[in-house]
Formats: sequence, structure tokens, C-alpha cells
Amino acid sequence: DWMERQLLQQAKEAFVSGRARPLEFRLQQLHALQRMIMEKETEISTALKQDISRSQYDTPLLELISIENEIKLAIEKLAQWAAPRPVEKSLFTISDEVYIQPEPLGVVLIIGAWNYPWALTLIPLVGAIAAGNAAVVKPSELSKCSSLLLHALLPCYLDKDLYPVVTGGVSETQQLLRLRFDHIFYTGGSTAGKLVMEAAARHLTPVTLELGGKSPCYIDKDCDVRTACRRVTWGKFVNCGQTCIAPDYILCEPCIQGQVVEFIRETLLEFYGADPKCSPDYGRIINQEHFNRIMSLMEGYTPVVGGQSDSSQWYIAPTVLKDVPPHSRLMQEEIFGPLLPIVTVSDMEDAINFINEREKPLALYIFCSDQKAIKRMIEETTSGGVTVNDVMMHYTVSSLPFGGVGQSGMGHYHGKHTFDQLSHQRACLIRSLKMERVNLARYPPQDRRRARRVRMALRSPLIDTSKRTLIWAVVATILGIGLFITLLVILLIAAGLNCTCWYWRGFYN
Amino acid sequence: MDSHSQVLERLRTGFRSGITLPLEFRRTQLTKLLALVKDNEEQIVKALHQDLAKPKFESILSEVEIVTNDLHHAISNVATWIQPEYVPKNLATKLDDCFVRREPLGVVLIIGPWNYPLQLLILPLVGAIAAGNCAVIKPSEVSSATDCLVAELIPKYLSQDCYAVVRGGAEETKALLQNRFDHIFYTGSQAVARSVVQAASVHLTPVTLELGGKCPCLIYGRINIQAAAHRLVWAKYFNAGQSCVAPDYVLCTKATRDALVPALTNVLEEFYGKEPQKSPDLSRIVSARHFTRLMKLLEKTKGKVVIGGQSDEDDKYIAPTVLVDVEEDDVLMGEEIFGPILPILTVEELEKSIELVNRKEKPLALYVFSDESSVVKMTMENTSSGGFCSNDGIVHMTLPGLPFGGVGASGWGSYHGRWGFETFSHRRACMLRGWALERLNGLRYPPYSDDKLKWLRWTTSAHSTCSLM
Repeated sequence: DWMERQLLQQAKEAFVSGRARPLEFRLQQLHALQRMIMEKETEISTALKQDISRSQYDTPLLELISIENEIKLAIEKLAQWAAPRPVEKSLFTISDEVYIQPEPLGVVLIIGAWNYPWALTLIPLVGAIAAGNAAVVKPSELSKCSSLLLHALLPCYLDKDLYPVVTGGVSETQQLLRLRFDHIFYTGGSTAGKLVMEAAARHLTPVTLELGGKSPCYIDKDCDVRTACRRVTWGKFVNCGQTCIAPDYILCEPCIQGQVVEFIRETLLEFYGADPKCSPDYGRIINQEHFNRIMSLMEGYTPVVGGQSDSSQWYIAPTVLKDVPPHSRLMQEEIFGPLLPIVTVSDMEDAINFINEREKPLALYIFCSDQKAIKRMIEETTSGGVTVNDVMMHYTVSSLPFGGVGQSGMGHYHGKHTFDQLSHQRACLIRSLKMERVNLARYPPQDRRRARRVRMALRSPLIDTSKRTLIWAVVATILGIGLFITLLVILLIAAGLNCTCWYWRGFYN
Repeated sequence: MDSHSQVLERLRTGFRSGITLPLEFRRTQLTKLLALVKDNEEQIVKALHQDLAKPKFESILSEVEIVTNDLHHAISNVATWIQPEYVPKNLATKLDDCFVRREPLGVVLIIGPWNYPLQLLILPLVGAIAAGNCAVIKPSEVSSATDCLVAELIPKYLSQDCYAVVRGGAEETKALLQNRFDHIFYTGSQAVARSVVQAASVHLTPVTLELGGKCPCLIYGRINIQAAAHRLVWAKYFNAGQSCVAPDYVLCTKATRDALVPALTNVLEEFYGKEPQKSPDLSRIVSARHFTRLMKLLEKTKGKVVIGGQSDEDDKYIAPTVLVDVEEDDVLMGEEIFGPILPILTVEELEKSIELVNRKEKPLALYVFSDESSVVKMTMENTSSGGFCSNDGIVHMTLPGLPFGGVGASGWGSYHGRWGFETFSHRRACMLRGWALERLNGLRYPPYSDDKLKWLRWTTSAHSTCSLM
């Protein structure tokens, strides 16, 4: 583990030297990263095609656009994000400066995943750079070409010491996890997530875990089922189902199950043609192991759509299975592949119970036209995120915090949330040594009177900013202004009348 | 006494029933907690006096008052906190509802320490209740009188279906940690924190760790030595130095030290009289074990005692003590002192002091005393710590607007005020789309084309709102 130790030491020294701290440096690195994405788009697409058969359009669509947007946002807002954030004071601290100062943590370890090797590694890196940290980047070895390409490209654009890339497999990751980092950002499966957290426990390193789970997709019988199926089909079969927030399975009532199957079949024809194997837009499974795993999930069930496969290409056709029993293997683990089981439920209440009996998922999808029912379903369940009447889109809004809960993960990121996640929010109180007389009441020897004075001074908040008080304040102000204007008008009229009298008198004089 | 699993079953059923979700329930429970503290102030003060010989003033200020303040703050603000937070969108999602919901996590575990046995147990509980969770509360057995009192009072005031107190020592806590919780809030030492995180990792339970560390106190530049001495003594010997944010050691120049020591002597006499053991305003060490630990430090140190040094084992009393000529490798500079012993290290340059501080683990708090703002600025910008306070000690944690927590070895996460509410909540990203604009959606569907891609780039860009105008 000599190499990993060396790289960490270099990154630490570079961080301690302070050069990652100034905003100009961070902006410069972010611009360089932006250039890398723009200039090397073709190379990245090729690498992804070799890794996972990603179509040349899916690459910018699914990865590059979001990375670009994150970089643009960080560049635009960095000064704002890094500025001190003032907070409310108490009487005791009325003449002091009270604020929260975001500060870098140090050296962050970013462990990427193989399904979106660029986005899931670089978006955390954007936040790490923006927050002023150094970062050791460990892309997944399963997306081999992307991993090697990143290892070659990053040092050409970014500071070599601050942001080293470590390639390798399980043993290299284990070596890294033995070392001490200031934060570990891990994207991957729950099993490995537990090991990461356990390793982090040794050094008391905080972690962000972006894991997965079975994201349920409920389709209500009284909604626009055709449009629902189009959107679900897109989300499910993009990247060949290998997306952590892909709709894992469908829950619907038996009366619309047939329709759902037909609409999905229709949509698949529209998207990928009669033989998806020939479509340039349909992907492949990442490797033999996952191919075998997914094929074995299907054992014993006859699909109603698809089901074909080709082991030599790691190709599995877009497949739909209906009437899947809840206790089947297909419903036990996250599918992470192009198999879409449909489980029937008797109504929305049944669907809610079904979801709540299982682990908290990374995403929940609800297709429904009834606002009240939607509200109810959101309120009675929990999940990392929710998209209603579509799939995966909550991922695309960078102002929404993206992350899991329970077994689907801990921590959030995207946009400012990555910056905050990889910063330390340091509470700062800047006092002066003047006004010592005010302080005297808190020192011993103590008596009742002094104690009361201190209690008063520590009371916070200074100004009651609750809604009720605000409403009273506004109403009182309006009334006050109203009265004042009325008074003015009365005075003016009185004065005006007077003036008119004088005017007439004068005129006739 | 219910077993752990029985308690957890009861709380899980309570949570699943949804009873903790409505605003009214949360406010009622918080109000009841407020009543618990107000009605039983006498008994609380008595129990704290029994445990730590805590003076009434300290008990009121640092246990009762701070809890009541936070409760008032939570009760007034919880309605605002639970509102969905609407967020800015891009062009593709302009017609959608995008907001963040704060949701409870489930059943949380709060483990309290012995130094501020009420505050450090109840303040996290305030956040947990406000966020709509159920909670298992585990007070420290070291502060036994308070442990007893809490176990007796909580079931009397709070709903027994949602909140339970579990008592016991290290063994019981280890057994408790084997169970699955939705969040673990631990205040205490680093050694135990490691096993807490390890136990949590088995269930992927998020944790908040409020640990300690050696909080440095730098005194440099022009300084009003009397005022500084007052505040330093107050912060250091409050609760007999047994505060996680107490200034642990002082770094200053020889000249400052020579002015500081007589000032400290004067202030100590002012505060505690000529015989501090007789003063009603000074606490005692919590247990014989900790007393022995501190006495060993005093025995092994190579520093010179210039103030205090007396002790009384039966009374668990150690006089407010100050030592000089302490070096960086002294035994007093090893672990967190957590007692009324103040070593002064002499370092002539501020830069060298900062380097010394940076050689050690990141502390929970960092203090600077100086009339020169450049000294304060330089220290703040070149160090890292949980919190930072210039020209005073401890008080930064009394402001509910400031997050209270550590960084690195001093902790993970934060709380107080709204921060406590956020710690015990899950921020769920929600996007509600409509059925219209399916044609716009068509841009993302296969079969793909260059044109579609171009449009897509434009509509999803964060700037596209401006381009439309």
C-alpha cells in the first residue's frame, strides 16, 4: 500500500500548503475541469462505449450535461457559497459578530461507481474542489476504460498533487480505506457501503454513502397510463437498467396490468425498434458476473415482453414480467438490469403498505392524477427522493438535495449541497474585550440578582421572528400608516378649506 | 423492566402509527418537556449537586436555562421548520413543483455524558421530538443522581409510546447498540465513539458524534489582561473544567505569561475566595476514577505549579490549578484534561503556536484572546476547529443560531436550535410533474439524434431561464 500512502501524503502536504484555499485557485481548477469535459467528449464517449456499450447520445445526456451544469453552477456561485453566513444573536452577543464560516475539511476520498463512471466521480469532485479540499479519486475498476482514461486525463488538467487518481480493484480500495481521510464519499451498493463505514469508524471519518435499493413505481388506475408507461420505459431501460434510481418494479392494480404491459411493449418498439439488439441506443450489461446474476433472477418466470439474451454480448432484451410474487428472488434484491417486474396490489393503501414493509428506497415514483392521493402517498411513505408522474427527474434539479435514507444511504449532494457536505460549517463568535461590565453578572460569587440578569441576557432570539408576530407587526404597521395618512388628509383638507377661504377672500378683495 | 427489544418494539409501533407526525403532537411534547424542566428545577439542581457538587448558578445557567431557551426556540419555530422548502428550477422543470420535505427518521438513540447530564441529553431530544421521531434516551450512569431523576421524570411527562429511558453501564450500552436505530446521537469520548460507529455501520445507521479534544487558548498581541483573565478563568473552571469546550491549555509569550499569572491569581481569589474548597461556587470532580486520573497527571507533569495544586480525595476536590513551563510533549498535553488544571505553554511567535495547534487533532473549540483583530483573523484562517470564539470561552454554544459540533476527531454533525431539527430529519427531494409537455419529454427518448441533444442541453442548463427573457 506504499503507493496509496504516498499519494495521500502528497495530497495532504499540498492541502496544508494552503494553495487549494484561495477562491481564484478553486475557480481555475473548476474551469480546467470544464475544459476537460468539453475537449475530451469524444474520448469519454468511446471509453463508455467500450465499458458498457453506452450510446454516443446517452453519454452527454446522462453524464456530461449534468457535470457541465454542476461546474457552471459552482463557478457562478462559489463566492456566495464560501462567504460567512451570519446568524441571529442574543442580547448578550448584540455587539459581536456571529456567523458560520464554511471551511475545507482536508483530503476527501471519492469512490466512484461503474454505472455512470464520470458523473458519479466528477460531480462529488466538483464539490470537493469548490469547498477547497484536496481529493483522492478512486474510479471503479469495473468500468475499466473510463477508469484508465480518467487516470490519464485528470493530471493534465488539474493540480497533480491535490487531486490524484488511484486505479485498481478491491485490494487497492481496501488499502485506501485503511488510511485516514477527512471525509469519504462512496457511491455503490449497500453491502460495500457497510464496509466503508466500518473502515471509516476506525479513524472517526465522516462518510457520505450514496447507495441503492429497490425503487418502487406505483401506477394508479385512474391516470394517463400510456404516458406513465412511456416515462417508466425510458427510465427503466436507459443504461440497460443499471441506474441507482431506475424504477425497479411496478405496483399497480390487476385491472390495468394488461394495459401497462401493452403500453410498455409499444414504447419499446418506438424507442429501440423490433430488435433492441440492433439499436445503437440500447446498452449492455457491464460484465459476465452481473449478466449471470440478472439472468438467474429471471429463472422460473416467463416474461411477457422480451426475455431474450446473448451471453457473448452481455445483452439482455428489455424484459417485463407480470404477476410477480412479492417473495420471489426478483423482489428481494435490487435488480440493476433490464428486468421490469409488475407486482399487483389491491389499491393505493395496499401499495403504501407494500412499500413501508420494505427498506427505505433511494427513490419513489408515483403516477397519479389525484392531487390528494399523491399527497397522501408522499406523506405516508419515505424514500431518498420522489418524482411524481415521471421518473428520475428529481436528480436533475441541482437545488434539490440528492441522497438516500436508511439502507439507501446517508448524506446528500448536488449543487450547493455537495459544497456543504464537503465543508465544515464552523461556528464563529467574534467578541471584544470591551464592555466587561456587562459580563460581570456571570462571574462568581453568585447571587440571585446577578443570576437573573444573566438569564435575561442569554435569552434568544432577540427579536421574535415567528409568523404570528410578523403578521401582527405587518398589520400594526399598516394600521399605523393608515391612521397617519388619514390624519394627513384631514389636516390637508382643513388647511385646504382654510386656503380656499383665504383665496376667495383675497380674490374678491 | 422491559428488555431492550421490547422497548424498541413499543417505540417502533408508536412511530409506525404516525402519532409523532402532526405538528400539534410535537409541540405538546415539547411543551411537556418544558414543564418537566420548570416544575422540577429544585430536584434537578439537587441531583446535579449530588453528582458534581454543581453550584446552583451553574446548574441554572448551563443546564436549566440553556434547555428552556432551546425548547422555547423549538416550540416557536417548529411550525416553520416543517414547511416544505421550495427550490429554484431550470427551464425543463419550470412548470413542476420542486420542494424539499423534512421527514422524521424513525426511532433514534440518544446517549448522554456525565458532565452536563441534563443539557447534553435533553438538547438532542428537543431536536428529535421537533423532527417527529421516537427516541430511546440513555443517560450516563456516572452521573447517577441525574440518571435516576431522568428515568423517573421522562415517563411522567412524555408519551410512553414514543420516548423511553434505558439505564445501565458500558455493558448495557453495548447491548443496546446491537439493535437497529434510525439515527444514533452520541456525546462522549473518542474511544467509545469508534465502537458506536462500528455498531452503527452494521445497520447503516447515520450518527452524530459530539466528542471532545484539547481546546487551545491563544493569547497574543495587545491585550486587556484583566478582562481576558476574568473570561478565561470563568470558562476554564466552570464545572471544575469538566466541559468539552473548556479552554484546555494556554499558548502565549513569556511577557504575557508573566502578566497573566498574577491576573489569574487575583481573579481566582475574586471568584472563589482565599479557600476555594469552601466556596459554594466551585464544582467537584465527578468520580474517584477521574479524580485519580487527574492527580496522576499532576504527579507526572514536568511543569511548575504556580497557582493551586491542592486536593482532597474524600471531597473529590482539586483546587483551581495553573502550571507554567509546560512543554509540547508533557503528559498534560496528551489527552483532554477535563479538569481544573490549566497548563501554560510559552511560545514566542503566534505562527509557531498555530503550527503547534495544527500538529494536534482538530479541537471542538478554539479560543483567541487579543485586542488586535489581525491576530484573531490569522488564527482563524490558519486553523480548523468545531467552533471558534475570540475573547471569550464557551459562550458561542449558547446561541441557537450557531451549529454546535466538532470536526475531525472532535466530532461529526451538529445540533442546537434548527440544526438539531435538521440532524434528526431526512431531507426528501420531491418533484411533482404534470402530464402535459410530453412532447418536451420526447427530447430525451430514443431513437436519439443530434438535434434532440442540442435542445436538451439548452433546456436543462441552469442559465436557460435568462436566455428565455
